[in-house]
Amino acid sequence: MSLIFAAAADAAHAAEAAHNIDWWGIISTIGTLVSMSAGLFFVLAGTIGVLRLPDFYTRLHAAGMTDTLGAELILLALIFQADNLQMVLKLLLVAFFLLITSPTATHAVAHAAYRAGLKPLLGPYRAPEIEEDAP
Amino acid sequence: MSPLMGYFMLGSAILIIVSMALMLARLIGGPTLYDRLLAVNSFGTKTVLFLCVFCFIIGRPDGVDIALLYALMNFIATIAVLKFFNYRALDVGLMRSDETQRGGRS
Repeated sequence: MSLIFAAAADAAHAAEAAHNIDWWGIISTIGTLVSMSAGLFFVLAGTIGVLRLPDFYTRLHAAGMTDTLGAELILLALIFQADNLQMVLKLLLVAFFLLITSPTATHAVAHAAYRAGLKPLLGPYRAPEIEEDAP
Repeated sequence: MSPLMGYFMLGSAILIIVSMALMLARLIGGPTLYDRLLAVNSFGTKTVLFLCVFCFIIGRPDGVDIALLYALMNFIATIAVLKFFNYRALDVGLMRSDETQRGGRS
C-alpha cells in the first residue's frame, strides 16, 4: 500500500515540474502489486494442494492448473516492471512457452499414469476400467 | 525500479523459494513415480519464475534467457522420463501403428 503512496508522491512531484501526472507509473505499480500477489497466492495454493491432497489425480489437478495461472500472473507482473522492449519480448516468450508446455506436460503425466494402471482413490465416482492391456 | 518495489520483489522471490522447498518434500516422499514426476515438473516451473524475478532484483536482464532455456529443457525432460518409463527405451517411434508391437512393457 505504501508503494502506491510512493508512486503517487513521485507523480505529484513530477506534476509540479511538468504539469502532468505520471499515469503510467501509477498503473504499472498497481498492476505489478495486484498481479504478483495473485500469482504468489496461486503458486502457494498449488504447492499446498500438492502436499495435502490425498490422491495422485487430485494432486495433478492442483498443480497443473494453479502453476499455469500463477506463472502467467507473475510474468505479467514482471512485464509491468520491464523498462525496454527487448525485456518485454523475452518475458512474453517465456510466458508463451510456459503456456504451451505446462498443460502439455500435465496431460502427459496424467495419461501415462492412467495407462500404467494407477487407480484413483475411491469415492462415489467410479473411474472407468483400464482397457485391453492391463497386466 | 524504486527501492520499495525492490523489497517487494525480494519478498516474492523468498515466497517462491518456500514454495519450491515444499514441492521438494513431495518430490522426496512421493508414493509413486508419477507424483515425483509431477513434483519435478512443478519445481521446474517455479525455478523459471524464480530466475525471472531474481534477474529483476539484481538488475541484469540476462537471466531471462536462462529461464527460457530452463522452461524448454524442463518440458523435454518430463516427456523423456515419461517415455522411458512407459516403453523402457528411448528409441521408440511416435506413430500409432507401433502401439500394437511395443515390447518390454509389463
